[in-house]
Amino acid sequence: MTNKSQQGRIIRISGPVIEADNMRGAKMYDVVRVGEENLIGEIIRLNEDNAIIQVYEDTNGLKPGEKVITTGMPLSVELGPGLLTNIYDGIQRPLPDIMKKTGDFIDRGVEAPAIDRKKKWHFKPTVKAGDVIRSCDVLGEVQETTIITHRIIVPPNISGKIIKVEKEGDYTVEDDIAVVSTDKGDIKLQMLQRWPVRMPRPVAKKYDPTLPLVTGQRVIDTFFPVAKGGTAAIPGGFGTGKTVMLHQLAKWSDAQVVVYVGCGERGNEMTDVLREFPELEDPKSGEPLMNRTVLIANTSNMPVAARDASVYTGITIAEYYRDMGYDVALMADSTSRLAEAMREISGRLEEMPGEEGYPAYLASRLAEFYERAGRVKLKCSKDKEGSVSVVGAVSPPGGDFSEPVAQNTLRIVKVFWALDADLADRRHFPSINWLKSYSLYLEEIQTWWKKQIGEEWLKLRTKAMALLQKESELQEIVKLVGPDALPPRERATLESARIIREDFLQQSAFHEVDTFCPGEKQYEMLRIMLKFSDKIMDTVEKNVLVDDIISMKSREHLARMKTVPNKTFEKRFSEMEKDLDKELEELIKKGGGK
Amino acid sequence: MSNKDIEYTTVSEVAGPLMIVDGIKDVAYNEVVKIKTATGEERTGQVLEAFMHKAVVQVFEGTKGLDTNITSARFIGETMKLGVAKDILGRVFDGTGNPIDDAPPIIPEERRDINGNPINPYSREYPSEFIQTGLSTIDGLNTLVRGQKLPIFSGAGLPHNEMAAQIARQAKVLGKAEKFAVVFCAMGITAEEANLFIRDFENTGALERTVMFLNLADDPTIERIILPRMALTCSEYLAFDLGMQVLVILTDLTNYAEALREIAAAREEVPGRRGYPGYMYTDLASIYERAGRIKGKKGSITQIPMLTMPDDDITHPIPDLTGYITEGQIVLNRGLHKKGIYPPVAVLPCLSRLMDRGIGEGRTREDHAGVSNQLYAGYAEGCDLRDLVAIVGEDALSERDRKFLKFADEFEKQFIQQDNHEDRSIVQTLTIGWNLLSILPKAELKKIDEKYISKYHPEK
Repeated sequence: MTNKSQQGRIIRISGPVIEADNMRGAKMYDVVRVGEENLIGEIIRLNEDNAIIQVYEDTNGLKPGEKVITTGMPLSVELGPGLLTNIYDGIQRPLPDIMKKTGDFIDRGVEAPAIDRKKKWHFKPTVKAGDVIRSCDVLGEVQETTIITHRIIVPPNISGKIIKVEKEGDYTVEDDIAVVSTDKGDIKLQMLQRWPVRMPRPVAKKYDPTLPLVTGQRVIDTFFPVAKGGTAAIPGGFGTGKTVMLHQLAKWSDAQVVVYVGCGERGNEMTDVLREFPELEDPKSGEPLMNRTVLIANTSNMPVAARDASVYTGITIAEYYRDMGYDVALMADSTSRLAEAMREISGRLEEMPGEEGYPAYLASRLAEFYERAGRVKLKCSKDKEGSVSVVGAVSPPGGDFSEPVAQNTLRIVKVFWALDADLADRRHFPSINWLKSYSLYLEEIQTWWKKQIGEEWLKLRTKAMALLQKESELQEIVKLVGPDALPPRERATLESARIIREDFLQQSAFHEVDTFCPGEKQYEMLRIMLKFSDKIMDTVEKNVLVDDIISMKSREHLARMKTVPNKTFEKRFSEMEKDLDKELEELIKKGGGK
Repeated sequence: MSNKDIEYTTVSEVAGPLMIVDGIKDVAYNEVVKIKTATGEERTGQVLEAFMHKAVVQVFEGTKGLDTNITSARFIGETMKLGVAKDILGRVFDGTGNPIDDAPPIIPEERRDINGNPINPYSREYPSEFIQTGLSTIDGLNTLVRGQKLPIFSGAGLPHNEMAAQIARQAKVLGKAEKFAVVFCAMGITAEEANLFIRDFENTGALERTVMFLNLADDPTIERIILPRMALTCSEYLAFDLGMQVLVILTDLTNYAEALREIAAAREEVPGRRGYPGYMYTDLASIYERAGRIKGKKGSITQIPMLTMPDDDITHPIPDLTGYITEGQIVLNRGLHKKGIYPPVAVLPCLSRLMDRGIGEGRTREDHAGVSNQLYAGYAEGCDLRDLVAIVGEDALSERDRKFLKFADEFEKQFIQQDNHEDRSIVQTLTIGWNLLSILPKAELKKIDEKYISKYHPEK
């Protein structure tokens, strides 16, 4: 491999795209340094001597004639201890370091290593000289944060025999920690490794996803679950709660490591995560959530070309933690901005546009990205697995799901959470439309729910869905004749569906208890509500007026269930259940047989 | 001889707002160009695309009167800058940043690139200080906080200007006396509309802490591209250098987007939706994202951009892309306006994303979030019932539903409706809210914590 640097010269500048000549020998997707300020760019097209380059920084003031130097390397990320709790821009420059260098506003041409070169980590070897190792095998461990042990793994495509391993002690990421003898000679290994972002890290095998990613969100876990290693899309117009939903998933899903990519979205949203995550506790370990999180921020006013890179940077970091054997969840907010960045660059290249101006390769690029998710068998010598789950927000123009980004995404992902502006307008949050959304993982993960939470899980879910479906049909009639004209049974159905809608599906992200609802509690809530629904039917049959049931005092219990503390809910729920039964009995006694 | 002193008379093509200059060297992307027309008139332009020996230049004042013979261009070697100084307050500028208030030009302390640099997300302070605007629909339901960007989506003929002027007049952070400034940026609005603001600033004595950037309807279109950037550069100086609380009123973003489309069309770019360029999202973001607060700095930039939705269509690309960037939106409704309700805020599609952190105990009042959610839910249900009543008549409704119907009507009359000069405190707003909620059965108030119901409900 020749890393000879090639020097060219800018001949045209048009926004984030520049053209340079005298570039023969440079490779596609190589990183280049542009102009006197050494701006970072990437080659995206070659034509004889000329190269077209997308620049990851602002090109204001750049002049034709300035130099372009290739580094001979594709765009890569640095991987090693120190990633967690950090916040990076789209090309993995740490924002806190940029702030130290250029102040509160991001200037151009800043260089900052992604991983601190001076910090020493306490390395504990787990192999010894003479061991035979191959890619993904663990060489040793570093306690990266209070919850995550960073396993130092052998980079992909290296295997051989260990000649030497350093003793337990403090090392920087660049210190040699092991020497491996391979067929290509001896290789020194450090804690730091690099990987090109556009290339998936290799795995031994992809498994079917059979474990749910439990998120603590009722409408997701119970109705439209996503699996560990699965993919989900969450499209919705503005104000429907995409970002709040993604924040909720990043906070509460039971992945061990979370990578949150803010791609072309608001700056204040990233600040929100930065402010809130260190204060929030991981429900399992009680440690700050930030300790398992990596943030990538390319906000909407940061250079457009880096938007594309930010998503790939994120997924490569996610794959790296997966290769340590962790369950990783990646949230990308929003993939539409990624698509728009592609469209902008494609437009500047004067490519023939596909649908709505998007490039023809939109579908294949999106598919490539989502396909990097999965529950996999690692390439290491032991039988180990890890997973990357991907949740992508989609921001369709005008909230219309028929646009190309939403449509191409839906063809790939297995879970679709359709956000609905009507629901959001009436403050039904999360505004996931239960009639339009779907999950294709129900079959695969039902065994887990049955075993871990409750035998009846799928049955309860099916019953609740049927109730909601029936409600929407009845609503059509109500629109024509008014609710009073319905027979009592139908009115009772409407009432039961309203309970599911308001008291189960609605969940407040900002209520201290309701923000996270454990699986067991979800199951119990739904069970009691459906039991109540059955009883209403019975009661109505016994000639009790629907209005009397609606104004029952203990009915309020159902509305308050979600705010019952998660630790003690069982006791309170059984009291509530008794109250409900008792009051219904009384109603029957009083009004029955009238 | 430096490039700065060369007058190129090599204009080869003029088309729409664009001009192409040949035979040049050393021209930078986005560099400012000084143009002299055949009659000696001076104009300003900016390089949109730079080649080795050719540049595509957009001309801010329009290309009328340019020729390919005598017209000359001088590349001044720097990007567009705005001179800032303390005495910028109280001044009025035109679309290219020249003062038009007959006062002498300001002596700049510093000249800043009008494109600015993005605020490092790590340096941002999360906005959480409640701004009381005195309008119930904003304070009570869609609370504005310092450092937020909250646009008003309006339609032609709706009173969005009156509303913005009222906000500028009444906005305050409770219990604090701080340096406050208004930056007013008019893009393509009529002189009459601009006068409304100017008169209002005069009457309230706000003029000396206001900076105005005016490009009126008959001024050159292309200036509208740089105008908000100058206004925001000025705002950043006031907020982050002088520590002032800056309220930026941008009106009308629809005209801005039209100018953007005009240039894109002249450059024969591949159009996105409805002929607007594909990069309009990024471009609008480079304006809106300049609102905010910075850690350790006293000042803040709060933006109230206004736009008229063409044909009242909220899915039109301009309001649509805006909504994806801004932190919420206030939507005005023609139906309410026709009913004589001011401000005609269509409550349901409105949103303030930063509200949750700006309200509650210690900021507004502990019951604020619950009351707001309950009012929303109640009004939404009442509006649904209105549709139903239109078909089946009110008699077919149950007792409960009739209460919701009444609630929706009263909500519009008492809560939304207020006078142009009525400055309601947040407590007044919440009290009106509670009075309205008492129309509904208590058991329906599910969104409010029980303890607040017993504390604040008028029927105890």
